[in-house]
Amino acid sequence: MNKVYLSYNNIVSGYGFDTAAAVEGIKKEDACLRQIHDKHLLPNHYCASKVASETLEEAYAQLRPKEAHTHLEKMLLVSLEKTIRASQLELTDRVGLIISTTKGNIDVLEPENPFPKSRAYLGQLGEKIRHFFGFQNEALVLSNACVSGVLAIAIAKRFILQGTYDEVFVVGGDLVTKFILSGFNAFQALSDEPCRPYDKNRSGINIGEVGTSVLVTKKTTHLAEESVVLLGEASCNDANHISGPSRTGEGLYRSIVAALAQSELNAGNIDCISAHGTATLFNDEMEAIAFNRSGLQNTPMNSLKGYFGHTLGASGLLETIIGMHSLHQNTLFASKGFQELGVSEPLNIIKKTTPKPIETFLKTASGFGGCNTAAIFKKVAEK
Amino acid sequence: MTDLKLELKEKIIEQLNLEDVSVDDIGDSDPLFGEGLGLDSIDALELIVMLDKDYGIKLADPKEGRQIFESVETMATYITQQKGA
Amino acid sequence: MMEKYHIESYCRIKDQRISLNGATVFESAETNFLPFIKEAYKTLDTQYPKFFKMDALSKLALIASDLLLKNMTEKNIALVLSNRAASLDTDRRHQQSIEEADHYYPSPAVFVYTLPNICLGEISIKHRLFSENGFFVFEQFRADPLVDYADGLLKMQRAEKVLCGWMDLDNEKYDAFLYVVAKNGIFTHSKKKINQLYQTS
Repeated sequence: MNKVYLSYNNIVSGYGFDTAAAVEGIKKEDACLRQIHDKHLLPNHYCASKVASETLEEAYAQLRPKEAHTHLEKMLLVSLEKTIRASQLELTDRVGLIISTTKGNIDVLEPENPFPKSRAYLGQLGEKIRHFFGFQNEALVLSNACVSGVLAIAIAKRFILQGTYDEVFVVGGDLVTKFILSGFNAFQALSDEPCRPYDKNRSGINIGEVGTSVLVTKKTTHLAEESVVLLGEASCNDANHISGPSRTGEGLYRSIVAALAQSELNAGNIDCISAHGTATLFNDEMEAIAFNRSGLQNTPMNSLKGYFGHTLGASGLLETIIGMHSLHQNTLFASKGFQELGVSEPLNIIKKTTPKPIETFLKTASGFGGCNTAAIFKKVAEK
Repeated sequence: MTDLKLELKEKIIEQLNLEDVSVDDIGDSDPLFGEGLGLDSIDALELIVMLDKDYGIKLADPKEGRQIFESVETMATYITQQKGA
Repeated sequence: MMEKYHIESYCRIKDQRISLNGATVFESAETNFLPFIKEAYKTLDTQYPKFFKMDALSKLALIASDLLLKNMTEKNIALVLSNRAASLDTDRRHQQSIEEADHYYPSPAVFVYTLPNICLGEISIKHRLFSENGFFVFEQFRADPLVDYADGLLKMQRAEKVLCGWMDLDNEKYDAFLYVVAKNGIFTHSKKKINQLYQTS
């Protein structure tokens, strides 16, 4: 059978430098979002999650780098090194590398940044990561707005099924920068409080930064214990507006329907949903419509943005990894910040972290440019 | 007021990149959104920036924009009020 | 048996010239990109007022894709583009608007284009395509991943056709090379042929 699995993984975040630290934080319903007032980054108050430079520096120094790397590169290197090491894989010509990011090293455009402005080219970012570990294949950088992370996993699967690679390391990351904060603020979308997806009193999004990585493989030997199989995935455009989510949830609805069909499942077979949930009025409403059209309004669902904020190009990958651990630990994680439903159609938002036997989850993401992606994962049967 | 309205029309055409639209095509009370000029949500955000940049007016609540940006007339009235206040 | 796919049509926009399947359809003496692409828009009778609101990369992508999609009835077309500069050309404009504290006016209409895949959204909106999108960034044109990926999408029946190619715009330097991969067409879809068309068209 043409099955593709997600196996070893890592999350470098405000919680710490491994997935366990992030999962523990979530289980305690502890957010790593902080209110920040830094006039250099944004004239007004904002709320964000960051990876502390000092501790990152220590972890990075242990990798004995031979050249200087940016903050983003350090996060990606620290994350990917742990995932590669855990997998014990040799980086042969059958191993691919996909990097998921929206803006990469965009902070090098700032006048005071010590790195050359050419470092903002995403291909250079890919080459720095490839070179550090000695991947034999060139990096593929995917930059597809906020669906990048989950789309990168889907693309890894497609390249494996096409025979291009046997294994692919997918690594994702984006930064909290002046560039991003100013833009979302101009969109009147930033909240100065911890965000509250789907809640009646929500006030917009928070930006967060993580570096995160996963091994995508067709081999069943030596899988991580939290491994999942990627049953189906699809990506559809709204064909409606470049920034405004579709009022009918068209692209997301079509993505979910196609992913279900490919998985040979129906809505009733999905045990829980890790949704996009940015906590903007229009996004949350669009999702509510799409989930209702898909018959998923009663399925337990969360958004993890209340823990990490919106980690942009990494978010789909980050949230998929948390979903893997949710299945492995048979636990539904609470959708932090949610109290009272604030969308026009019913949704079953998880209010409290609760143990429950679960086998499958649906991950969705939507982004600027009208893009949407849905992917369905199933726990690998215990041996 | 008449000068201000003309100025607003020129600014709207220039800043929102309305090709093939001239100031004579925009009536003072024509709706800017929907049926009228067909502006969209990004244009509405852009008008908020224009108020700030060119007239030094910061909207406390972006939802206010809906009434203020109804037409060139309502925009001019709002700017005049704010300036006079 | 491996099914062979074909290149149905291809186009190129580079050095003040636009060609479709190898034949020039527009040429201009205009050396600057924006006036050049505006002249092309008028001459090719594109008729899409939203064009004027787009950033340079989306304008390039819209004109190029329109040549190939204008008369196409098939709507199940995946879009797979790649380039070197991502959206850097527009990123620099946004960066400029936030650099000085006393002249800090970030524009939503500029910021929204600071993602390379926005041009895929613009193509999808214009041609009513609810299909698959993907935007890759490479250090230079690479036929290998594009060919593998497009073949995979067709083989797995993710789409009936794939609009594929290179869409780069960086500081006035522009280069668009787009082609449609389908069951039938004028050339066999192969890495060698794609490289050859990129080098010679």
